[in-house]
Amino acid sequence: MRQLIIIGSGPAGFTAAIYAARANMSPVVFASSVEAGGELMNTTEVENFPGFPEGVMGPELMMKMEEQAAKFGAEIIRDDVTSVELSGPVKKVTLGSGETHEASAIIFATGSAYRKLGIPDEDRLSGYGVSWCATCDGFFFREKVIAVVGGGDSAMEEATFLTKFASKVYVIHRKDSLRASKIMQERAMANPKIEFLWNSAVTAISGESALTGVTLTDTVTGAVRDLALDGLFIAIGNDPRTHLVHGQLDLTESGTIAVDGRSSRTSTSGVFAAGDVIDPSYRQAITAAASGTVAALDAEHYLASLSVPSK
Amino acid sequence: MSGAPSVTDASFASDVLSSSKPVLVDFWAEWCGPCRAVGPILDQILAEHGDKLDIVKLNVDENPQTAMTYGITSIPAMKVFQNGEVVKTVIGAKPRPALEADLAAFIG
Repeated sequence: MRQLIIIGSGPAGFTAAIYAARANMSPVVFASSVEAGGELMNTTEVENFPGFPEGVMGPELMMKMEEQAAKFGAEIIRDDVTSVELSGPVKKVTLGSGETHEASAIIFATGSAYRKLGIPDEDRLSGYGVSWCATCDGFFFREKVIAVVGGGDSAMEEATFLTKFASKVYVIHRKDSLRASKIMQERAMANPKIEFLWNSAVTAISGESALTGVTLTDTVTGAVRDLALDGLFIAIGNDPRTHLVHGQLDLTESGTIAVDGRSSRTSTSGVFAAGDVIDPSYRQAITAAASGTVAALDAEHYLASLSVPSK
Repeated sequence: MSGAPSVTDASFASDVLSSSKPVLVDFWAEWCGPCRAVGPILDQILAEHGDKLDIVKLNVDENPQTAMTYGITSIPAMKVFQNGEVVKTVIGAKPRPALEADLAAFIG
């Protein structure tokens, strides 16, 4: 049996692995088969991670974090966790390969998943004009008219990135102001290819074999209009990825894993959580990394308490 | 383990469309993170099921004509060709069990 299992390989998971490995907890990281590195693997330049004044590409940052975790002895396995058993002193994890692993402590750093619009035809046209990954798919929209839905930093980054390819990029946002950081807003607003469509919700998607347009409903007046588009990139936020622990750990009203105060301790002893999966507010690479540190230190403290003989 | 071979715009007709065996074409690009993640999984599926299904890679950056012909707008896109026709499309990187389930008709 191992001391520590870490599920997830974004900034929280790998930072937890760095700390845990340096503390001789011999952690294993289940990094996922197709999403290793987490959300930053699909971003371009990260400009706000301290220590990189010139910026760093998201995938490069994650490869370096992985390298740093491996250097101190963390074992990294590229497979998906399919189920967990958390009650009791021995935590059990089953992988996609069918293998099971056991540990005294476990850290969930499973991050978040793209939020969908939740309207008809969104799934049917995914991959046929509806996209979730600007860095992957922007190339296919050279000289096309496209839109990004959302008002956060991700939406601004995607819109700005997509102007490298598209002739026109609409930003469709439900409100009349943006959640995005000022620098990202200003960059998007200064871009002549970007046009903002305020107070607009996408209420329908049209197209037979491929996307041809969307229906927008004005969130203030209720007025409805159609907008012809070749591509629609959805960046309306993320939801914490908690399906593995439903019924086993307490969740908050926001759907994140509940933790005790500023710690990473969940409702079950020996089970810790870090990163976006516990964070309804900040969701930055650096806050996730810090959260991973907290989880590793809490796990270390917990493992030390197990080895103290009880009176 | 040997990886899936590459095809190009020039070789597509002979390597894929004329094949007597079903061929899965993995439309990918260097800049696409999910494509790089799913590549090794396709190599594993080829190693195990290569007797029933051929798997080849097409770099969309270097071979835009074929990508355009098949209306690719999202990668990774995996299309199975049989007798020159697309008979199955899978879009997006998926874990091996999910991909094998999608391809069950060809590798089952």
